[in-house]
Formats: sequence, structure tokens, C-alpha cells
Amino acid sequence: MDLMTILQVLDSTVRLATPLLLACLAGLFSERAGIIDIGLEGKMLASAFFAAAIAYMSGNVWIGALAGVGSSLLLSAIHGLASITYRGNQIISGLAITMLAQGMTVLIAQDWFSQGGRTPSLVGQARFEPITLPFAEALAPVPVIGPIYHELISGHSALVYVAFLMVPVTWWILFRTRFGLRLRAVGENPAAVDTAGVSVIWLRYAAVLICGVLCGLAGAYLATGLQAGFVKDMTAGRGYIALAALIFAKWRPWYALYACLLFGLLQAVAVRYQNIDLGAFVLPVQFMDALPYILTVVILAGFVGKATPPRAIGQHYVKER
Amino acid sequence: MSDTEPAIELRGISKAFGPVQANKDISIKVMPGTIHGIIGENGAGKSTLMSILYGFYKADAGEIFIGGTKTQIPDSQAAIAAGIGMVFQHFKLVENFTVLENVVLGAEEGNLLRPSLAKARKLLKELEEEYELRVDPDARIDEIGVGRQQRVEILKALYRRADILILDEPTGVLTPTEADQLFRILSRLRDEGKTIIFITHKLREIMDITDTVSVMRRGEMTATVKTSETSPTELAELMVGRKVLLRVDKQPATPGDVVLDVENLSVINSQGVERLRGVSLNVRAGEILGIAGVAGNGQSELLEVLGGMREATGRITVNGEEIDLTGRHSDGQSRRERGIAHVPEDRQREGLIMEFHAWENTAFGYHHDPEFNSGLLMNNAAIKEDTARKMEKFDVRPPDPQLTAKNFSGGNQQKIVVAREIERSPDLLLVGQPTRGVDIGAIEFIHQQIVSLRDAGKAVLLVSVELDEILSLSDRVAVMFDGKIMGERLASETDEKELGLLMAGITEAPDKPVEEAVEEQLQARDARKAQIHG
Repeated sequence: MDLMTILQVLDSTVRLATPLLLACLAGLFSERAGIIDIGLEGKMLASAFFAAAIAYMSGNVWIGALAGVGSSLLLSAIHGLASITYRGNQIISGLAITMLAQGMTVLIAQDWFSQGGRTPSLVGQARFEPITLPFAEALAPVPVIGPIYHELISGHSALVYVAFLMVPVTWWILFRTRFGLRLRAVGENPAAVDTAGVSVIWLRYAAVLICGVLCGLAGAYLATGLQAGFVKDMTAGRGYIALAALIFAKWRPWYALYACLLFGLLQAVAVRYQNIDLGAFVLPVQFMDALPYILTVVILAGFVGKATPPRAIGQHYVKER
Repeated sequence: MSDTEPAIELRGISKAFGPVQANKDISIKVMPGTIHGIIGENGAGKSTLMSILYGFYKADAGEIFIGGTKTQIPDSQAAIAAGIGMVFQHFKLVENFTVLENVVLGAEEGNLLRPSLAKARKLLKELEEEYELRVDPDARIDEIGVGRQQRVEILKALYRRADILILDEPTGVLTPTEADQLFRILSRLRDEGKTIIFITHKLREIMDITDTVSVMRRGEMTATVKTSETSPTELAELMVGRKVLLRVDKQPATPGDVVLDVENLSVINSQGVERLRGVSLNVRAGEILGIAGVAGNGQSELLEVLGGMREATGRITVNGEEIDLTGRHSDGQSRRERGIAHVPEDRQREGLIMEFHAWENTAFGYHHDPEFNSGLLMNNAAIKEDTARKMEKFDVRPPDPQLTAKNFSGGNQQKIVVAREIERSPDLLLVGQPTRGVDIGAIEFIHQQIVSLRDAGKAVLLVSVELDEILSLSDRVAVMFDGKIMGERLASETDEKELGLLMAGITEAPDKPVEEAVEEQLQARDARKAQIHG
């Protein structure tokens, strides 16, 4: 394998890791505040559809992305209402949101576009275009550094940079700000937050809504950046993979980045190499395609060390005594 | 002192939960710069009253005056603003945060953490010098002992500039020495002009530390007296409404053969922490062995192993026959077949199924018994009859086998469990915290039942964190600290002071001041804990 091939695989790793990373950070905010969100998948899917549909109709990808984020926020608000205000079961609420999104996106898509539950292909301004970073062309001929900068770092769409920037931003918010301290505390021991005179409800809503925004970006990127339009069930379990990555990452932002890159790499390898000849036998493409999901199951089954979730995760807060 | 305004005055506070009147027309004045005790049985309404004061509940009627000004306290925020700080019985700390982070949580200055933490660190240092409130600001909560955790709670209140400090049952989790340290801190705070409300059900603490004491009974404030002008007996009467026996009536034991023999028992829990470290002990027929110790030093694990709820290594024989410590024959059922009955520490989680009827609960563990079965089916009529009989004998109120377990009071729930286990006349009775959350009347009764089982020639192993209970009930006392038996004493030949030192891990008279030695032992234990966490 030459440098160029490696760079191309890594380049698509970055792009495939982006929606996972955004969704994973979304889940991180929510779960650090004690709200389980298995509805990441549904929110991504809804956002993917509305981003693609509105981008197509308006011809402007930014308006599309905004619509996507809006739809994801709406679903987040429903999740918040169900699990914070009405103290419903967080798993059921998340599951319902995903099922709702899976059905509604296809139904609305068919009603609006009559293309079998998909949106028309997006072109031009309706898609996120790659951004060429400064000096990318000029540096390209420089050995090693040139191709790395030109191929790998430059030439992604805006949301890719947003996603990677969100890692240090998330870390900084969680560990360096008052909001972050309270957010982490509410996921560990809401009673401590409440007796300290801070609203548990408000904090948890804030976390869930931040989750909605990030999830919305993940979906929008999927339909208008990674691909050109919405197709049925296009998230393909990425929401669940993001959750697995979150557990793998032990609910920490930097580890989340590494976990998502690992999943991205597996997907990138599967896309690039159809059948891998190992000499003795051939790894079929199906196996490679299935690998991220297999890894998800392995991680969720707890084979990768002990991950301690936020202590109050999934628990309602009821004032007592 | 009578010419100053009270720091807190409550007038006519009432609060009902459905049909239950938790607080009835309560009026009380707490003078500034005093330690004011509030004593009452469990369920007397002490905690409800304090929760109203801290903004957790809204009173149905009544007024609150802070420093002479009428004040509304709709939430904790308002209570903090009014200068009230609360140290709850169950600490409200974030376990994986540092001491410093816990102190500033909710009282940060500005949006960024760094300046708040720096400021808190400085203030903590000042408070430490002023009040002897020593804690390492950078230690994680789950790495320090409960005594220190409690200091963090006090620091939290002081950091929020509280002038009035409410402590709810603060000594329940402390060793006697730790409790003494707490009392010294509280006296110091009072001398600096703070007002302290001290809630407890322990008479001795009231006599030791308070200036004034109010007694609550069934939601009402029955009396407020100067501590110097009252006696424990008078207070006990005021609490219960009749004369009570504070000591258990019992004859000296006449121990027979060894019933339970435990050799070198060790337990490692799921986190890899060694909770029992080579425990050996024995209990003879006709004697009560009390296991003393501060909660969390391995007593629970010991009971769980003996009761068949946890696996262990070592050797246990009952009546000379070895019992399985792992595998299929190491469960509650097998233990019962060997004549071991178990009144578990947490009756609501381990002793009863709260949603089930009383009659169903009295059959658990013995539901294979032929008298409760007819063919393939349970003989419910027989179980109900048996329950009604036990309820009458143990004076369970109301004596209704159809009532679900959760609808009985704590004391009556415990009587149901005790009746189920004792009435089988087991060779060995394991009892954990038999009177936790039980009112004084029921305590007497349960103690008598345990003693009469002993007098019938049975062996009893009693685990309790209440030193009074251990001393008055046991014939022999073993003290546990950090998973080990620190020593054994005859109950008639020891006292609280000696046991207190053993409970803090000190086996012989130290050559330095007792407190320093205790501090060292506790630090060593915390360090061991921290090492495993890290």
C-alpha cells in the first residue's frame, strides 16, 4: 500500500466518522446529564430527511441543515417531555422516537416527492461542498506533508470541521465551565444539584436540547454532505453505533473521537476493499460490512473493560423527604 | 438571651401527606448561638419539619420567621439565601467529584470554573483553621471516609455563608470517636455564633451536646426544655408517651456447644475489593454474639455469606457439619434446611416483598414446607391461618394478613420478618440491624424475642451499628474494622470506650493521643480504598 492509498482510506475514515462523532457527542451531553438517549438514530434520520428535502426545495444547503436541526430539536423536546417532565421510561421514549422517524420520513418523502420514499438527488448549492483550506494547492507537491494536508486535512465539508472542533469544545464545556460541572453532577447525583439550589429539570432539558442540535447536524451531514439526498433508513444503525462508541469512550469526549475514528476506519476499509484476500482464505465483503456492527455488539456486551456510566443515568429525579 | 430575636421561629406549621398528618401545628423558637436538639422516634415528623424549613416541602399552614423577619421558603435556593444550610442523613455529594468541586457546585462565581475553585480553595483553608474542619480539597469523595464526607457537607453550608446549620441524624454513620470530633466542631461553630439544629433519636447525643431540646411525637411538638434541666428518662417518656425500659432484661447466658464455627472467611467483591479478610469466630448454643462496627466494615458481607446470599472462601460449620460456600448448595434455601434463619439488614429489600400481602411474606423461605402445600398447589388457607397466629403473637398492627407489606409501619414490617424467622425455632438466628427504623415500643419487643430464643438454647449472631443495642443485647461482642475482627470482649467486661477504639481499628492502648491514632487508622483505611479505586 502506498501513501496515497492509505491517505484515501483515512480520508474516507474522516468523512464516515463525522456523523458518528456528532451523534456520539450528542449522546455524551444527554447521558452525562443522566438521560439515556437511544433515539439518536431517529433524530439523525429525521434530520437527514428534512435537511435533504428543504435543501432541495430551497436550493440552499444551510437552510436545509437548519430544518434538519429543527426537526431533531423537536424530537429531543418530545424526549425531554416524556423522560424529564413526565418521568417516562427513557428507553421506550427513545425507541418510540426512532420508530416514529423511520416511518414518518419515508411517508412524507413519498408524499412530497413520489420517488419511492427518497428525496431527489441534491446538486450544487443544495449540498455541502468541500472546503479547500488555504495553501492546500500550494503545499500539495511537498513530499509527505503536502499530500497529508491536501488529501486528508483539506477538502472536507464545513460540518466535518465542525464535528472535529466539537471534541475540544465539548471537553472544555464539560470540564472547564460552571455549566459543565453542573451537567456532570446532575448525571451523577441529581439530589446534590437540587439541594445546592440548582434546577435539575432545567439542566437536563439543556443537555437534551444540545443533544438535539448535534444529532441534527449529524443527520444533515449524512444526507447533504456524505451523500446527495435522503434514502430510506439511510442512518443504517449509525445512532446505535454512536451509542456503542460512547460506552467504548467511557463518556469522555477525546475517547469518543478515537472510538468514532475506529468505527469510521472499519467502514472505510469495507467500502474500499470488497473482498480481502488473506492468502489462506478470502474475507467476503459481507463480513467487512458487518464488522462495525459486530464490534458494536462486542462493545455493548461489555468485552472492552469496565465502563462506569454516569451514576444517575436513566433515573428520574423525584424530590424526596 | 431571651431579649434577642430567635434565629428561627416557626409558628403553627402543619403538613399532611394524604390522610397522614406529618406535622401538626408546630411552633418552636430557636435562639441564635445555641445548639437546639430535636428528638423523636422515627416517623415523628422531624425530617418533614426540617424539609419544610429547607424548601423541599411546602407547609399547608404556618409561618416561618428567620431572624425576626417573616420568610417564604419555596425551594432550596431560598433556604440557602436565608442563611440555612442542611447536612442530610444521606449525603448529597457527587461521589466522583473532588471535595472542592462538591463545595462550589451550585455556588460558583461566574461561568468559568477555575476562578471559583481557586477562591473556594482559599476559603476552605480559612474555614479549616477556624473550625478544625480538616479535609484534603483535592481528594475524591469516594476515596475519603464518611466522617470526612460529612465535613464536606458542613463546609458546603459554610461556603454558602450559612448561619443556621441543620444536621439530620448526623452520627448514624460515624464511629464514637468521629462523633466526638463532630461534636467538637459543632461546639466551635456555636461559639462563633452559628445556630445549630441537631436532629436525632439518640438520647445520649441530646444530653451531650445540645443547649435546648424539643421533643416530637406523632407529628406534634410535645415539649421544649433546657437540656440541663431534663434527664434521658424524662425525654424518653416524652418521646414515647409512656415509661420505657432502656435496658434489656436478661439473665446471664449459659453457653452450650458450638453451633456456628467460622474459620478464615474471606470475600472479594465484584470490584475486586477484599471486604472480609480472614474472619474467624464461633457462636455457642444459648448465647448472643454481637458484631459491632461502623457500617461498611464487612459486617453486611459476613451476614450475606452466612445467609447464603454471597460466595466466599474459608470454612463454616454448623453443628459440626460443614456448609457449602459456593455453588448450588449455597443459597438461602439450603441454609434454612441447615437450621439457619436470617433476619436481613434491609427488611424492605431483602426481608420482604413490599408489594406482596403479609401472608405471602410470612411464607417466604419456608414455602416448600409440607404444611404450606397440598399436592402441586400452595395451601393458602394454611399460610393465612399461620400468619394470623404469628401476627397475634408478635402484636403486629394492624393484624390483617391481607394487607400488603408496604402498608405496615417500619416496626411492624420488622415484626413480620422476625416472626417468620424466629417461629421456626432455628438452631442459629442471624439478625442484622434488628431495630433500624423501628420505634421504641417495637424495639423492646424484638429484643425480648431475641433474648427468649437465646434462653431456649439457640445461637444468635447479631449485627448492629448501634453500640447501645450491641452492649445491651449481646453476651459476647466481636468488633469488625476493615473486614477483620479486631477483637472479642465479654459484654459484661467492656464498655463503649473500649469498643469505640476497636471500631476505629485500634487494638491496644496507643502511645499517642487517642484521636491522632484513630485518625491514622482511618486514613490508612481510606488509602487502601483509594488504592483500589485508582
